[in-house]
This record gives sequence, structure tokens and C-alpha cells, in this order.
Amino acid sequence: MKRTVVPMGPQHPVLPEPIVLDLVLEDEKVVDAIPTIGYIHRGLEALVERVEYTEFGYVVERICGICSFMHGMGYAVAMEEIMAVEVPERARWLRLIWAEMSRIHSHLLWLGLGADAFGFENLFMHCWRTREEVLDIFEKTTGGRIIFSVNRIGGVRRDISDTELAAIVEKLQQLGAGFAATARIFETDPSIRHRLSGVGILSREDAHAVDAVGPMARASGIRMDTRLTGTHLYDRLDFEPVLETAGDCLARVVVRVREISQSIDLIRQAVDRMPKAEGAPIEVKVRGLPTGEVFERLEQPRGEVIYYIKANGTKYLERFRARTPTFANIPAMIKLVKGCDLADVPNIIMTIDPCISCTER
Amino acid sequence: MPMSLFKRSPWILHYDGSSCNGCDIEVLACLTPLYDVERFGVVNTGNPKHADILLVTGSVNERNIEIIQNLYRQMPDPKVVVAVGACACSGGIFARAYNIQGGIDQVVPVDVYVPGCAARPESIIDGVVSGIAALEQKRKRSA
Repeated sequence: MKRTVVPMGPQHPVLPEPIVLDLVLEDEKVVDAIPTIGYIHRGLEALVERVEYTEFGYVVERICGICSFMHGMGYAVAMEEIMAVEVPERARWLRLIWAEMSRIHSHLLWLGLGADAFGFENLFMHCWRTREEVLDIFEKTTGGRIIFSVNRIGGVRRDISDTELAAIVEKLQQLGAGFAATARIFETDPSIRHRLSGVGILSREDAHAVDAVGPMARASGIRMDTRLTGTHLYDRLDFEPVLETAGDCLARVVVRVREISQSIDLIRQAVDRMPKAEGAPIEVKVRGLPTGEVFERLEQPRGEVIYYIKANGTKYLERFRARTPTFANIPAMIKLVKGCDLADVPNIIMTIDPCISCTER
Repeated sequence: MPMSLFKRSPWILHYDGSSCNGCDIEVLACLTPLYDVERFGVVNTGNPKHADILLVTGSVNERNIEIIQNLYRQMPDPKVVVAVGACACSGGIFARAYNIQGGIDQVVPVDVYVPGCAARPESIIDGVVSGIAALEQKRKRSA
């Protein structure tokens, strides 16, 4: 049969960010997909040679405007490890709370974009309306909606008072209760089921073989989550990753829907278990120049991110490298796109939750 | 320009140059219930031939020069370009990165600059409203 190549992107209504997929079609079936990236490449990692390590955190935050808190946190934690800084416990708890809030806002954002991709605009609006409430909390506690700059090497810049923490938990629980109705639509609505169930199935073996991470792997039944390692105080919380076994687009949606309520619960646990020590130090002064190298792992909303930093005793780092979760999930996406219908391509692309600016930096 | 004087519904084409996603997400947030610009007839379209206003977030790099020029060329006259965020205005924090050539005005003429990192939805809406004023002027000039 004659083959047709349909270029998709870099500017396409379903894509919030530019990536190009050359889709090779036989009739309506996609037989091959060739990705081209580089439209958002800024050369961020090479900026370490020009920006001092104390200020590079601001650059790292801008790897991605969705996980900006987690990127800033990853950099700060990695530098603290290199420089052997003991961070005050309260700062670590606050980081955990903000990190889980980032997960809530990122998943709500994605569920909206996903709903838009499968043609359910009403649901898109509902998710984004809920997300604004999380952003309000961010704005109140950090001063920013998108870019927070609240992490610094040695701790965090702002404290949250104990009464405010309790208010945040209450507000998030109300948000969770309000979101339950929307969540039920995602899980049970027949039109969504028709659109997503059985589409783009990634089996457990394949997910292992292509090294899927994050919700993508968990939707295929792999119990993988960096939070299970217990770092960043997660060992003090009761945590069990959300798993689904179907591995299709619907499973990936459902995993993210459930992770929202899980994150709300994690924040509740964190506020319950952190010492009531309002006014305790939240940062230590860091002096000197870093030497050495370090790997750091975090569980971002999209999956595991790995940072590598090498410092050479000057105020400029020698190397900064980030392996972001979308980069790890692109092989899985290409695998799924092959063999699907052309009309399912947007859903499959969206359900890996692509963050291209993370991938290309 | 008061909103009541809007005579037409400006349609917007959004392109992400090489932004960090922050401004993009804020552009999308303008469409959602809290800000809801669609009530003023502002529609986000994916087709350059339908668009009056080109919203660009992020700066210019080697690869997207052509894309931005293509999109601009395909839009019908009169048209307006709004640069959203520090990166689109000047390159922002990435101005010194090796693959960044600077703001959008290196490639296409920019009518409105919206500052901020990330630009807030309120300022993006303000930028679009200023863009509408510029659009009306261009329309009068060409008529």
C-alpha cells in the first residue's frame, strides 16, 4: 500500500509546545513516527559556565514552568549535598509540601489539556478552574504563580505559619472534595471510555523495555516511584504509589486523577507530622565554593528526574545535567504511536504528559 | 481602550518560541474560567490564516526563526504581534545561552511587549487589549 507522510507540528492545535512528528501512514494506520526536536532548545545546561552557582538555581527553575518548584528543589538539594550543608528540618518539610502541591497543579493542568485533546472542553475548563485554587495557595505562600524562586541553597526563603498550614490542608481537602465529581467523570464517563479505553496499550514488559517512568510506568503496573526510596522525608509518610494495570490511555488518566487525592493526603500527613516549630530556622547561610560531583533524584509529576552536577572549586560549576521524565517517556510514546489510528495520535501524545521544554532545555 | 468599544472579535494565534512553559500556561490560563477572555470574543485559534494577533512566548533560536516567520507571513493583514514575557521581549534569563538569538523583534515586527517572568494573565490580557488598539490603527491606516 502507498505510504503517506503527515508532518505534525511544530505548531499544532493539540500541542501546547512545539515538537515535530513525521507520521508515516498506510491508509489511516500509523506505521512509523519520526520525532524531531530542538525547537525549544536554549542551551540551558551550558549556561553553568556563565552564571555563578549561587544564581544558577534561578536558571534551573526555568527548565520548565510547570515543575519549576521541583527543578529548583532538585538543584538546591544537589548543591547542599555537594557542599555538605545540613538543612533545617522545617525547610525540608516545607519543600515536601510545595512539591506535592506542584504535583496537584501539574496533574490538574494535564488533565485539562488531556480533556481538550479528546474533545471534552467543558472538563478542560473545570480542571483549570480547580487548578487556580492551588495557584492561589502558591501565590500566597511563595509570591509567584508559576516561577517561585523560593528554594535557595541551604533552605527556603519563606516560612508558612502553622495556622496557615492548617488552613492550606483544609482548603486542599475542600478542593479534593469538589474535584471528586470531575474525577468521577474521568473514570466513568462512557464517551471518555470509548475514546481512551484500549487505546495505546503499553504492556508491563514493554514499559520495562523502553524504560518508562512516572505515571506512564505506574499505569502499566510497574511499582516505580522515587518517593519509595524515602528520601526528602517521604520515609516519614505513609505512601504507596497509585497503580493501574491496563496500560492504556484511560489508565494513565486514572493514575493521575488518583494521584491528586493522594498528594492532598500526603500534604495532610506532612502537616500533621512536622514539628510545630513556627519561627524555627528555615535556612542556613552557605559559604565557600563547591567541589565534587553528585547525582540527585526526585519524583516529578511526570516521573523521575535525575540531576548530575560537577563542581570544580570555582564559583562556576563545571557541568550541570538533567535527565527529565519526558525524555525517558518519548521512546514509549513512539512505540505506542506505531500501529494506532491517525485520530488517536493526539491522545497518545498527550497521555505521556509531554513537557518539551524540560526535554530540550 | 474600554472593552465596550470593541467592534470586532480578535482571534489569537499562540506560538511557543523557546519558552519554559510558564508564559504558555499563563496564556492558556487566560482562556479558562477565572480570566475567561472568550467572553470578549477573544478566541485561541490554531490556524494562522484565521488569526489577527500573534502571541509569541519565549525567544528566538536557530530552529524556530523560520517557523515564526512562516506563521507571521501566513496571517492576513492587518496583523499585530504581541511578545509575551521577558524571553520574548529580550531573551530574558536565557539571553546569554548559546542557542538564543534574542527577542522576537529580531525576526518579526513587534507591536506590544508584555513584561514578566512569567507574565501574569492580567498583563497578558492587557497586552492583547493594547494589541487590539494597534490593530484598529493599522486597519484605519490601510483603509
